[in-house]
Amino acid sequence: MTKASDFQIVYTELVFLLNQRMNFLTNILTRVKSPFLSEVGDISRFVGRFFREIWKPKQEYEEFINQCYWIGYKSLTLVGITAFIMGLVLTIQSRPTLVEFGAVSWLPAMVSVSLVREISPVITALICAGKIGSGIGAELGSMRVTEQIDAMEVSGTNPFKYLVVTRVMAATFMVPVLSSLAIAISLFGAYLGVNIRGNVSWDLFWFQSYDALSYGDFIPALLKTFFFGFAIGIIGCYKGFTSQKGTEGVGRSATTAVIVASLLVFILDLIAVQVTDLLGLT
Amino acid sequence: MKDKSPIVEVKNLTISFGTNHVLKDFSMEVLAGENLAILGKSGSGKSVLIKCIIKLLIPNSGKIIILENDISKLDDDEMDRLRSKVGFLFQSNALYDSLTVRQNLEFPLRRHWTKEERKLNAEQAVLEALEDVGLSHTIDMMPAQLSGGMRKRIALARTLILRPSVILYDEPTTGLDPITAREISQLMIAVQQKYNATAIIISHDLTCIKMVSNRVIMLIDGKNYASGTYEDLQNISDPKVREFFD
Repeated sequence: MTKASDFQIVYTELVFLLNQRMNFLTNILTRVKSPFLSEVGDISRFVGRFFREIWKPKQEYEEFINQCYWIGYKSLTLVGITAFIMGLVLTIQSRPTLVEFGAVSWLPAMVSVSLVREISPVITALICAGKIGSGIGAELGSMRVTEQIDAMEVSGTNPFKYLVVTRVMAATFMVPVLSSLAIAISLFGAYLGVNIRGNVSWDLFWFQSYDALSYGDFIPALLKTFFFGFAIGIIGCYKGFTSQKGTEGVGRSATTAVIVASLLVFILDLIAVQVTDLLGLT
Repeated sequence: MKDKSPIVEVKNLTISFGTNHVLKDFSMEVLAGENLAILGKSGSGKSVLIKCIIKLLIPNSGKIIILENDISKLDDDEMDRLRSKVGFLFQSNALYDSLTVRQNLEFPLRRHWTKEERKLNAEQAVLEALEDVGLSHTIDMMPAQLSGGMRKRIALARTLILRPSVILYDEPTTGLDPITAREISQLMIAVQQKYNATAIIISHDLTCIKMVSNRVIMLIDGKNYASGTYEDLQNISDPKVREFFD
């Protein structure tokens, strides 16, 4: 109990100090007459508010679980089908090149490393950016323009806590879960892909795949998906929560949420690759 | 009326959006049990005024006192507690699309009632609020299944569920046909009589204002331009006031 409250005090202090520095920076960014920098400033402030609100009572567990269901379970079919096709197609398309070099026995290992390290996490994140980012952006945007967010505030419920914190947390936790499942399903697709033209047993496929993989492949791939999930959730919520100009604004919120979240996924992926490389995990 | 104390006081309220000065030194008082209507053209700042009263918007200057609380001095928790005594009927109804009528009505209770209180009394409170607006049968329906008038009534039921002392109506009859608008106006009178609540009604619907209000304030050029009963204002010769009645 003491440890938890000590942690909370230290966290609060850190957030406070960080916010002071951030406020200085965001104030400069929002005053500069550049729409891009002004938007960056606003997003930074929005992220700062998220970290301030996350510890404030009362925690909205019920809504968090509800959002995990919508973001996680309801995206499972789409992510699963895409992952399966991805594994299958990657294997079928890689095969001719490897045959040419006489390295067809490397197919399971090569495909597994590609799928685990890069393709499954990034493609899952992009699908989530499309489905979840636009969904959150449109939902919160329409709530904003139809005064539902104001009604929530008037009824004494903190809309930021109820709508934003729960959705961002759910996205942060569910994208890694979906990504892990996508890795498993895409590997199964790869196994079938290998067996369309060849004859590799189940045991041999898994042996070759796992032999080529290490924790250095799995852990960074999993860790970056938490950041992908956070980015997708926060951008969707930011765009929706700050939506303006009626129904036109709702459409724009949904579209820009997808564009910005997808772009952020690639930027974060680039950073993750660089960090992994620096740490010698590649 | 004069022996009654003011429930809502607005003093020298000024608010601007960029170079658009919406309210300039606006002042008014609302007495206990009064139904005050604020009449003004579209874009004159009526909705901005009641959004300032409930602290959805922060004015540039001025003071707002509700139930003896200066809202500028209240922190978030204190303001939330005060909001349980102030109901707000939104122009767009603002019903939560993804929740049923029952869940919509229960929503304000989750912040202001304990879990135990909700378990024991929520069902009864929801049914009573729905009975007040004559829509008990819609309890398990979704807002999308309701007509415009029904949605307005459900929104009013949600406003009433915490038994507020003050009710703010933002354009309660806008977008409704004349018959439904009349029904909503009658409902507002019934609510005022049953709960003895004080009401501030923002509208440009003269029929509604005539039926419901005890007093009317004309909001013109961001100021409290004229005030009196509907009949008093009707007899004023000032061209800016006459515009509304001719």
